[in-house]
Amino acid sequence: MVANALYKIINKRPLHSTVTWMELSAPRAARRAKPGQFVILRVDSAGERLPLTIAGADPVRGTVTVIYQKVGATTNKLDMLDVGDALADVAGPLGEPSKLEGIGSAALIAGGLGIAIAYPIAKALKAQGSRVDGIVGFRNTDLIILKNEFESFCDTFDILTDDGSNGRKGFVTDGLSARLESGKTYDEVIAIGPLPMMKAVCALTKKYNIKTTVSMNSIMIDGTGMCGCCRLTVGGETKFACVDGPDFDGHLVDFDEAIRRGRYYREQEQESMARLCRLTGEARACRI
Amino acid sequence: MPDMTPIKNPMPLLDMALRQTSFNEVAQGYDEETARREARRCLRCKNKPCVAGCPVQVAIPEFISAIACGNDAEAYDIIRETNALPAICGRVCPQEMQCERRCVRGIKGEPVAIGRLERYAADTAILSDGDAAPDALKQSEAQPRTSSEEPQVASCKAATAHIETGKKTVKAAVIGSGPAGLSGAGTLARLGFDVAIFEALHEPGGVLTYGIPEFRLPKALVKREIDSLRSLGVRIETNTVVGKSITIDDLREDGYAAFLIGTGAGLPSFLRIPGESLNGVYTANEFLTRINLMKAYMFPDADTPIRVGKKTAVFGGGNVAMDAARCALRMGADVSLVYRRGRDEMPARAEEIEHAQEEGVRFELLTNPIEFLADDSGTVRAARCVRMELGTPDASGRRKPRAIEGSEFELACDTAVIAIGNSPNPVFVKSVPELARTAWGGIDADPQTGKTNLPGVYAAGDAVTGAATVILAMGAGRRAAQEIVLEYNNSL
Repeated sequence: MVANALYKIINKRPLHSTVTWMELSAPRAARRAKPGQFVILRVDSAGERLPLTIAGADPVRGTVTVIYQKVGATTNKLDMLDVGDALADVAGPLGEPSKLEGIGSAALIAGGLGIAIAYPIAKALKAQGSRVDGIVGFRNTDLIILKNEFESFCDTFDILTDDGSNGRKGFVTDGLSARLESGKTYDEVIAIGPLPMMKAVCALTKKYNIKTTVSMNSIMIDGTGMCGCCRLTVGGETKFACVDGPDFDGHLVDFDEAIRRGRYYREQEQESMARLCRLTGEARACRI
Repeated sequence: MPDMTPIKNPMPLLDMALRQTSFNEVAQGYDEETARREARRCLRCKNKPCVAGCPVQVAIPEFISAIACGNDAEAYDIIRETNALPAICGRVCPQEMQCERRCVRGIKGEPVAIGRLERYAADTAILSDGDAAPDALKQSEAQPRTSSEEPQVASCKAATAHIETGKKTVKAAVIGSGPAGLSGAGTLARLGFDVAIFEALHEPGGVLTYGIPEFRLPKALVKREIDSLRSLGVRIETNTVVGKSITIDDLREDGYAAFLIGTGAGLPSFLRIPGESLNGVYTANEFLTRINLMKAYMFPDADTPIRVGKKTAVFGGGNVAMDAARCALRMGADVSLVYRRGRDEMPARAEEIEHAQEEGVRFELLTNPIEFLADDSGTVRAARCVRMELGTPDASGRRKPRAIEGSEFELACDTAVIAIGNSPNPVFVKSVPELARTAWGGIDADPQTGKTNLPGVYAAGDAVTGAATVILAMGAGRRAAQEIVLEYNNSL
């Protein structure tokens, strides 16, 4: 199948050297999208199905926005396209929307690219009048994205970097820990980011017995509950991230299993990337 | 005089070396001479037991007689009257459980190779007809031949006239583009409805596309059948997950009045044993989807990877298990197929079992897994299994397997594929809470008409029955479409 005119790239801008914000024409997904849901896209007819969280949706323009990091062959191929080009496929919205009703106060924790997923949630929480303490972490100051946008929806906002090059030095858990130690409580902690980060946040909030929701970005194929590739163990039960999630009770998630399953295709991912580098001669992309 | 040779003319097969290494189609199909010879084995029985064994009542002796007389195009037209996808059914129907099981020739010797002849007629028509085919097909369903035995079809004829002469064209939405949806959409389009199919994945075809491998059902053939539906005016909207991207209510607002749900049985069952989430343990759905839909066997030319280890163990005894085992074999694995009952109890088509065995799949029968064991990296390294024996027959009449004490052993495997069945996918039905469901999650629809508890909403195929066969789903899709025609004929 050739690239589908339905799924045109309307806007595209780099947020930093490896992260890109992209607005895509996808009228159906745009009309129904809610915070926490994702789309699955294919760049071209040989492409894999790539799930990306919907960072924003405009039903009038018929567009959804996604934010991706160039980590593998597919995201690099995606990034080679420009405004006016079209993707082969965009399907969605998929997954269950985040359940935000009834949250009076929340700590919204985002690590790295997780801020792209946390951003629409911050917006929705603010819109329903919840109190939001935002705590975001990045490896260093060069990798910071969406800071101002995210901060505008937060009542308080903390930024931490691993190396102290921006905000406080430390991890998001340090930021959260400081608040909890000072006696702060929340109806819910929402943690979105790399698996080890979410695992660490859950270990911390468990001690304080605060409900904690995490967003699981497992490897997926169909995204409609058919293949079971994205399965994870939650409270001893098998769940599918694509249809039961992506949000789960973080205190029940088996993170070690999720981390292990997430690594299973690492060699193949590198092989794909190496092949793409050979084909495009793009040295920049070959940093693997 | 019929040819009284007691056995079927054998099916020519692809060279074994290619079978074990490529995804090329295994069964090559009869040539003209073999087909004529096989067709002459038919006794043309008056009471046609074979037809009674066919879920869509193909006029079998008639089409075989046409082949025997050299009228291949006529044979194809006869089949198309009741079967929208003969090239597919000739390849994937379990004929030995259906038409061929009732064949009188089977009493003393082998039955007539009805499936192979069906395939021959379809393949010959496809080769010779080219673009003319769709027009011929338009006629066939609107003017049924077998009016005496099929009052429903006769009524459809009246409905056609009404709808085609009336100003109003009824818009019908078909949800899912698998066998039930394709067959239902074809029937509706031929009878004058304005039909759109909504498909969740990026390619139409459902299980024909993501499930059944190329070596058993070439995708070009599936594509051809789908293109022929498009030429009837059927629109296919891929990437549309009804229940997520769009709802039944949205479709009603868009003017759709009739709905045919064919969302299939796509929810994989698990063994529910320890270690099932280890790396390297696949559901058959994932394994086959990666290979068939995503073309992972062409990785890295296709972007989706798959990891098939040196030793693959497939668990199950149905067609899906055979497909997975034979895919793994073609990707270079040493393959064991583990089934808890015996070979005679396997639900797979006889031909698939034979082909799997010929190609070198090793059968571990009367064996059941009880745990998957991991290596240091969390990848499966073995399945702990137990030997079984068959006890007394259960409610379904099959002898219930039970574990033999002390028979545990480890079956080494670095890839495991679970192929023990599927139940209806809940994504769509969850979006329509008012739609009645059965206790086990299927859509509660009348088995004859496909009618559900909601007005204008019909359901067919595995979404209703649970995982069954392509032909049963097609038959149900067609019947439901005919009911839709009757309903809208009466209400217009």
